[in-house]
Amino acid sequence: MSKATLFSLPRPGLRWLPVWRRNFLVWRKLALPSVLGNLADPLIYMLGLGYGLGALLPEIGGVSYVSFLAAGTVVASTMNAATFEALYSGFSRMHVQKTWDAILNTPLTLDHVLAGELVWTASKSLLSGLAILLVIAMLGLSASPLALWTIPVIFLTGLTFGALGLIICALAPSYDFFMYYFTLFITPMTLVSGVFFPADQLPPLLHAIAAWLPLSHAVQLARPLLNGQIPANAGGHVAALACIATLAFYVATILTRRRLLK
Amino acid sequence: MVTLSPEDALSVSDLRKSYDGNEVVAGIDFRVTRGTCFGLLGPNGAGKTTTLRCCLGLTVPDGGTIRLGGHTVPEEAEKARANVGVVPQFDNLDPDFTVRENLIVYGRYFGLSNAAIDARIPDLLDFAGLVGKADARIQTLSGGMKRRLTLARAMINDPDIIFLDEPTTGLDPQARHLIWDRMKQLTTRGKTLILTTHFMDEAERLCDRLAILDHGRMITEGAPRNLVATHIEPQVVEVFGDEAADWAREHDTLGERIEVAGETAFFYCQDVAPLLSALHDQPGLRYLHRPATLEDVFIKLTGRELRD
Ligand SMILES: Nc1ncnc2c1ncn2[C@@H]1O[C@H](COP(=O)(O)OP(=O)(O)O)[C@@H](O)[C@H]1O
Ligand SMILES: [Mg+2]
Repeated sequence: MSKATLFSLPRPGLRWLPVWRRNFLVWRKLALPSVLGNLADPLIYMLGLGYGLGALLPEIGGVSYVSFLAAGTVVASTMNAATFEALYSGFSRMHVQKTWDAILNTPLTLDHVLAGELVWTASKSLLSGLAILLVIAMLGLSASPLALWTIPVIFLTGLTFGALGLIICALAPSYDFFMYYFTLFITPMTLVSGVFFPADQLPPLLHAIAAWLPLSHAVQLARPLLNGQIPANAGGHVAALACIATLAFYVATILTRRRLLK
Repeated sequence: MVTLSPEDALSVSDLRKSYDGNEVVAGIDFRVTRGTCFGLLGPNGAGKTTTLRCCLGLTVPDGGTIRLGGHTVPEEAEKARANVGVVPQFDNLDPDFTVRENLIVYGRYFGLSNAAIDARIPDLLDFAGLVGKADARIQTLSGGMKRRLTLARAMINDPDIIFLDEPTTGLDPQARHLIWDRMKQLTTRGKTLILTTHFMDEAERLCDRLAILDHGRMITEGAPRNLVATHIEPQVVEVFGDEAADWAREHDTLGERIEVAGETAFFYCQDVAPLLSALHDQPGLRYLHRPATLEDVFIKLTGRELRD
């Protein structure tokens, strides 16, 4: 493949929609039960830690620990849903079932496939995020109308981690590879991004580094919104997530072209 | 060099493709007239699939020109593929879907509406011999049924040109015959077929013209009958038995060309009468007399050593 073809900007237009619809149809048929599964895990942590541990803890920034944890849970489970979809489901469609190869034999191109996968991943993670948001509202942990703004934040978070996941998918020789990504990136990031405790508890250097991580930006948008405040530097965090998502998607496109179209 | 002419369904000229310094397609030229079946015949690793992937614009060749259905590939590959159907070497049906859902989802990739696809499904199921299977899950289909569904799926956009990469590999004889029958139907309807195979009988039976490929090179090209007539003596006698090899060496004047493989000696002859009468006096040897086939041409041109 020539350099120009390999590095050309993706131009999916709107023709990725049939790819999105394919994944949606599978999900509608088979994966509905998995929504409950996806939901149970983060909720158990949120409620168990939130009320159990929270009873021992003072308020954080004027809210109870369970309310504090709720915002972290929304973005962390969005991240996890997007990551799982892009890694495991994406890899199975790309490598195991050869679904992408089948699509490439039609007028659609790899750019359409990847854009469809990305938007699908964000859509599916949006659903996870929304479900947790709903529980938060029902428990009365957030009552402000500003909380509705977390919905686009969830979608943007899903796009960002979907795009990052597609990079890993493009590099993976097998499913085992994904353990490294979780162990070396996702899990440590969850711990330092202010999901479970305020990030300023960290040593200053680590705090400064953590502030650059995509999950930190998402937390710093979602938490104030759920508590009824406008986030400080909202534009900066949105721009950071959008930049990471765009760049990651471009890199994922190049890597997948190199893998499948050589 | 092949001159590019708009009438051809596909024309390929001086196609080259290397992987890691290995030229796996090393300067291939051919053209496929509309409404005919063209075969790429070659052992494993000859470069058949790579050639098809180049033709479909799925990989960019290192050299050469390709025109498919009036479009230049890879530049206009998306447009070209809109009028093409593909049966890939390995089935990639959607395991999560039923037969009908597979067709619907695939049709959408061509921009077809649900209504347009629904309207085509009964005909396609009929064509594929899958009437009554519309709501069957893919896992419940036999290998032959899956292959036929893949063929039906390739027809969803009513293409003029259909690529089939080893469509019958791994199928039992009944299932192969059914696929062959459908392919015949397609050429009768004026479709152009481009077929890769390593089955000689398949190529001989289906192809109007074929090219024999080995190590990325085209060794010969033509109508199957003509290839047999030009490359090989018309009669073959296969002699079997423990002593066949030794006997053949002692009687090497009885055939124009003799090849020994294991316990079988192949005599390629213009006139078999002297050989047959000599064999008559050798009760210890069994033999089979048959006309030369494409397989003999293939073996002559590509050798007997194993490929994998
Ligand atoms: N993507 C690839 N990367 C490296 N080598 C490849 C790739 N695709 C094919 N090859 C090599 O090219 C040669 C021809 O392969 P292929 O076109 O699949 O042959 P055929 O379809 O005739 O069996 C083989 O040696 C194969 O290993
Ligand atoms: Mg092949």
